[in-house]
Amino acid sequence: MKKISIEVNGKKVKKEVPDHTILSVLLRDILNLTGTHIGCDTSQCGACVVHVDGKSIKSCTTLAADINGSKVTTIEGLSKNGKMHPMQEAFKKMHGLQCGFCTPGMVMSAVDLLKNNKKPSDTEIRDWLEGNICRCTGYQNIVAAVKEAASKM
Amino acid sequence: MASLVGSRVERKEDKRFLTGKGRYTADINLANQTYAIFIRSPHARAKIKKIDTSKALKASGVVEILTGEDIAKDKIGGLIAGWAIRSEDGSEMKCPPNPPLAKDNVNFVGDPVAVVFAETLDEASAAADLVKVDYKVLKAVASLADTMKSEAIHEGIEKNLCYDWLLGDRQKVKEAFDKADKIIKLDITNNRLIPNAMEPRACVIDYNTASEEITCYTTSQNPHLSRLIMSAFGGVTPENKLRVIAPDVGGGFGSKINLYNEEIVCSWASKKIERPIKWVAERTESFLTDTHGRDHITHAELAVTNDGKFLGFKNETIANLGAYARVFGTVTPTYLFGPCATGVYIMPAAYSNVKAVYTNTAPVDAYRGAGRPEATYTIERIVDKAALELGMDPIEIRMKNFPTEFPFKQTLVHQVDSGDYVAGLEKAKQMSDYDGFAARRKDSESRGKLRGIGVTSYFEACGIAPSPVVMMLGCGVGLWESAEVRFNPTGQVTVYTGSHSHGQSHDTTFAQIAADELGVPFENIDVVHGDTDKGTFGMGTYGSRSLTVGGIAIVNACKKIITKAKKVAAKMLEVSVDEIDFKDGEFVVTKSNKKKTIGEVAFACYLPGVRDEVKSPLPEGEEPGLTETAFFDPANFSFPAGSHIAEVEIDPETGEVKLDKYTAVDDFGTIVNPTIVEGQVHGGIAQGIGQALTENAEYDSTGQLITASYMDYTMPRADNFPEFQLGFTCTKATTNPLGVKGCGEAGAIAAPPTVMNAVINALDGQEIQMPATAEKVWKACKSIKKINAKAA
Repeated sequence: MKKISIEVNGKKVKKEVPDHTILSVLLRDILNLTGTHIGCDTSQCGACVVHVDGKSIKSCTTLAADINGSKVTTIEGLSKNGKMHPMQEAFKKMHGLQCGFCTPGMVMSAVDLLKNNKKPSDTEIRDWLEGNICRCTGYQNIVAAVKEAASKM
Repeated sequence: MASLVGSRVERKEDKRFLTGKGRYTADINLANQTYAIFIRSPHARAKIKKIDTSKALKASGVVEILTGEDIAKDKIGGLIAGWAIRSEDGSEMKCPPNPPLAKDNVNFVGDPVAVVFAETLDEASAAADLVKVDYKVLKAVASLADTMKSEAIHEGIEKNLCYDWLLGDRQKVKEAFDKADKIIKLDITNNRLIPNAMEPRACVIDYNTASEEITCYTTSQNPHLSRLIMSAFGGVTPENKLRVIAPDVGGGFGSKINLYNEEIVCSWASKKIERPIKWVAERTESFLTDTHGRDHITHAELAVTNDGKFLGFKNETIANLGAYARVFGTVTPTYLFGPCATGVYIMPAAYSNVKAVYTNTAPVDAYRGAGRPEATYTIERIVDKAALELGMDPIEIRMKNFPTEFPFKQTLVHQVDSGDYVAGLEKAKQMSDYDGFAARRKDSESRGKLRGIGVTSYFEACGIAPSPVVMMLGCGVGLWESAEVRFNPTGQVTVYTGSHSHGQSHDTTFAQIAADELGVPFENIDVVHGDTDKGTFGMGTYGSRSLTVGGIAIVNACKKIITKAKKVAAKMLEVSVDEIDFKDGEFVVTKSNKKKTIGEVAFACYLPGVRDEVKSPLPEGEEPGLTETAFFDPANFSFPAGSHIAEVEIDPETGEVKLDKYTAVDDFGTIVNPTIVEGQVHGGIAQGIGQALTENAEYDSTGQLITASYMDYTMPRADNFPEFQLGFTCTKATTNPLGVKGCGEAGAIAAPPTVMNAVINALDGQEIQMPATAEKVWKACKSIKKINAKAA
């Protein structure tokens, strides 16, 4: 068992978990933050993307013990005071989601993109999101949403 | 009040999905739940000699282990084929039993044989490793081409043949071919695909020992039908004791139409262990056991005149059913495929002959488009080949054979009520700058690249109906849809639909429809679906039927509401019904302009009286309340159609295909929400391009699925696509009051031949099979003279 002390969406969390506990499992099954999704077991689909110390990572292949002491932000922590983040607003406005399953990971990944590149081109957006699979949208409105968010942020 | 039908309304469902508040099946946890792990066959074909659970039962945390023998003992029924298809010789199709847990034989890698329930997922996993299954491995039938020559995998099903089906007239086709100037021949495969909804399948089961009711939360496109099958065929529990809830579902694309082994097994087991059960598929389990799609081998021939008129068409297809026939497995390669085989053309004679066979692979069923993509791929590829062999332009040959008058009696079955194929192709031609292609090709060639353009014109038959016709053809159920529209006393409205949204946006589009019909603000309308305890029995979502069938049931229920409310309003306003007009949510007396809002009328229906006086607003004989139910059974299928044009650029050095331009012009009749329709088209096109360029489910000769993860199965990513250009034409459907046709499958139907026609055009007409991977294309480039000449 490992003692873990992290901050999740601004709240301090102390837990003792089995050594092999994956971050996505800690978030979903222990902290009930089910907005982070698990779509594959091979770090390919990106439905599980969260931020650890401000950087997007795939939580399905990160050991909870490995991020001890870190600050984690999940999709649930992106809205502030009941107001959606500009990226969330942009996904809604541009219809950047359909079934919603890949959406949390897609949004978290896109937010990190804009931290690194404030005005990405279409090609840069498509390249960055290469690690997030969406089966519904054909990505077109996701790209449009990221551009829309970039214009508002 | 402006009409909401046709408006770009933002989606009601988005906020919960965007803030992590969606509620998918795997998000549900019940107190005291156990975790299930299924033990699956690692062999494609084997006899089960013995299952030893003794060691596993002693492992930490194990609650119970159940096997195929246990489920057989309890007489729990298996999975079923939803359509009975007859062969050309009149014999009935042959279907093997498909028990929820295999007892004697396993027939594909992933076929479940036993299940472990334990206190934690880790403990269930560890115990599953201790279950010993002794198999006698048999030679698998994995190659579709060799299936009919192989040993029968199911007892009594010779040649592994489920049916040998014919639609059309062989003699008429022979006569047409005898008159032809030229016969175009084509051999193609329609590659096997895995639908890959991003949410893996899952179920959470709760059994109440006192009420004896089972609640099954599951990832389903049609919870009502799952309940029916689990009760009527599975015998798990009577229908009134089973509640099936499909909450938020993360995509389906056909793979979640079927009821699956796991739902039956866990529902049955929850009664035995008297504990809730949670099962969530790992991605590899989804690859192995979700129903797959397509997988045809086809030989087609088109008889033409020298000036490009079509005279006749034949289509000989072998369709893979996989190991077992499931709900839409047998109809997908027949009635969803054969009638569309002749495409959008006047074709004096045609037949489709389909041999559906069993193999030791995962069951094959409906996948986005189901039968219509396979039909469209065949006809649109052979039409392009005809253009090439006759030296005609691909657009010219299509225009030459389009019907121009509607209704159009299509060759094999359909009476197409409406359409304008010429307008669609003209618009696509213009939007894609078809005439500028030659210059773009020259530019590509100046950079050492090959450029190709591909055209497809398609139609599809959606909203499969009417029930008496589909049941006559062999469907086990009717394909109507239900709706209930319920006013609350304070004026908000709840719409219950029997269809199900797993990305299609029903919360929004159905509210738009009801808002227009009732004159109630969009914000005051909620749409409820996916729970067999809420609303009437319904038939679910597939075949682009939600709007064309389910949406019309909502319209009809709203019309019933208005009929009743008008009578009540008339009494309240002390006039006769024919003195009242209903508009924008108000009942207005035409002469006096006195009015009652629909909210006031609804309130009066629920509170039909006043203080100090015995006086009801309800006319004699009217019941209190304001809620109406409607069932809609369409008079015909609906027929979306369109033309798509793609351009690819190929690097002959690497074989890489870059999809450079994609233009889609579609006719879906009336469009309820353009933004949502565009999203549906984008998604469909992306899946179709995936089929053409990257995706392929590959089994090896022993029946092992070698593309069973995202490391091996090439899902299209954001950087695989250009920005799609969309255009629309509109001819309204004449068979429903909204004039809608359905839009969910069009992209997946049109894109594969569009892209492949472009690739083959770039390759100077050299045939290659889907997917056009870099390796195949690179090899094909080797025999292109102009490149070799340059290299030399």
